[in-house]
Amino acid sequence: MTFAVMIFMYLPIAVLIAQSFNSSRYGGRWKGFSLKWYEALFRDSSVINATLNTLVVALVATLVSTVIGTSAAWALNRYKSRLQTSHYGLVYAPLVVPDVLMGISMLLMFVSFKVELGLTTVILAHITFCLSFVAFTVLARLQDFDFTILQAAQDLGAGPWRILWKILLPLLGPGIAAGAMMAFTLSMDDFVVTFFVGGPGSTTLPVKVYSMMKHGPPAIINALSVVFMAFTFTVAILGQIFTRKKF
Amino acid sequence: MNTMNHKSDKKLPELLSTAPSYLWLFVFFLLPSLLVFAIAFKSADSSGGISDSWTLSTISNVLRQDYIIVLWRTIWVSVVVTALCLLLSIPVAYWIAQQPKKYRYWYLLLIIIPLWTNFLIRIFAWRTLLHPEGFLRTALLWLGVIPDDMFLLNNMGAVITVTVYTCLPFAILPIFAAAEKFNFALLEAARDLGASRFKAFYAIFLPGIKRGILTAILVVFIPAMGSYAIPDLVGGVDGELLGNKIALRASANRNLPEAAALAAMLSIIITVPVLAFMLKHKRLLRNIISIRRSAGDSTK
Repeated sequence: MTFAVMIFMYLPIAVLIAQSFNSSRYGGRWKGFSLKWYEALFRDSSVINATLNTLVVALVATLVSTVIGTSAAWALNRYKSRLQTSHYGLVYAPLVVPDVLMGISMLLMFVSFKVELGLTTVILAHITFCLSFVAFTVLARLQDFDFTILQAAQDLGAGPWRILWKILLPLLGPGIAAGAMMAFTLSMDDFVVTFFVGGPGSTTLPVKVYSMMKHGPPAIINALSVVFMAFTFTVAILGQIFTRKKF
Repeated sequence: MNTMNHKSDKKLPELLSTAPSYLWLFVFFLLPSLLVFAIAFKSADSSGGISDSWTLSTISNVLRQDYIIVLWRTIWVSVVVTALCLLLSIPVAYWIAQQPKKYRYWYLLLIIIPLWTNFLIRIFAWRTLLHPEGFLRTALLWLGVIPDDMFLLNNMGAVITVTVYTCLPFAILPIFAAAEKFNFALLEAARDLGASRFKAFYAIFLPGIKRGILTAILVVFIPAMGSYAIPDLVGGVDGELLGNKIALRASANRNLPEAAALAAMLSIIITVPVLAFMLKHKRLLRNIISIRRSAGDSTK
């Protein structure tokens, strides 16, 4: 059974990778090994552009959501009050709302307040859905954290900044890095929310893949998919390494 | 006076660390979610925007028969997908949980790795596979399993297959987490006392991993209800779900109030049972968070 499920999981990906090297235009039969789709891909300036957009959005969204998310995790862990109960609900809710709803609701807000759709709105939306994931990733780390260390540092005369730089960041660093890595992958992967809140000039790689699937030459997408896959794998493996490493 | 000062001194760090996320989510999550319900009572203006006046006509438009058919289809597809995911993931989780401890992590990793490929690319891979001249149909025709006029792409079957594919890891993880804690000696005990293998499985094992199964149902059912990209890319005309209608109304066939009304309908249908479910099993909240985190991806 497990074996059958594994075949189910890996067969599509294997076929896709094989197809990207197939010189036949519409797939189907194997017509010999070829790299021509990769060449066509790297000549396509709109693909390069979409890649740059994806990286800009992912970097900004990761940076902002990591800072805000870490601060949220800190508050959720440190204080037990009514405020934190509602705070918890607010941070939790985006995790269970389907992306379609998140996308449409943010689109409606941007339209109502006459905000022009584009890279900015995409970045705002990405920060929003990355934030909760960062907060809960860091929160999980904080729950194992021994707060008596802080007391000890204070007793030995360390100031708040010194405690932050010398104790908190080094000890919580791996947790925060794991959260950031998660935010980066989520942002880079997102299609649905970007589709809703994006505008002209904000095409990211997933949106580009989507429009190519709808209209473009099919064979190039195979090559694009494999390149994209290689990239996500690298980020995901780095993420795994960070998550595994305990302090 | 003095004590009040002291109190606000203590409050300040809490407020400072809470404010950024609280305000951000209030503005970019809570407010838009409520706005959806307000805009459902507006109508569209000629330029594709939202008119100023209030009306009930958008709501009554959305309760039209063709939308109700799509809504009903969305619900049953999600139920079928959830059932299939459970059916596949329970045996897998059962098997992995019984493997030697040092291998379990590697099996789990094998389950998670497909999630590292972009969601759209996984759908595209299925399109290649299910294509009329693709690998799967050619193979099945050659084997004589399917008739000549049967197609695998652009129908409800394709939507269900691909949705199960994308959701399966999220079902396996929580069930495995529960199965790993299950005491397998209980099954042997039941067998020794004369229970059949099947009876031991459903009377002892399934109740033992109940929490995992409930979590799996939630993490599969909710995204399935909101599914948009999968039916759009492999569903064809008859495979449209509610998510497609919302997207259509938000882009090509623009009518934002109608999109809002459909979204409001979807969120009510999801929220009411989910909330009831969660209030009954509060610990599920934490499970869902850790599952979505450990998988490093969300089902979109």
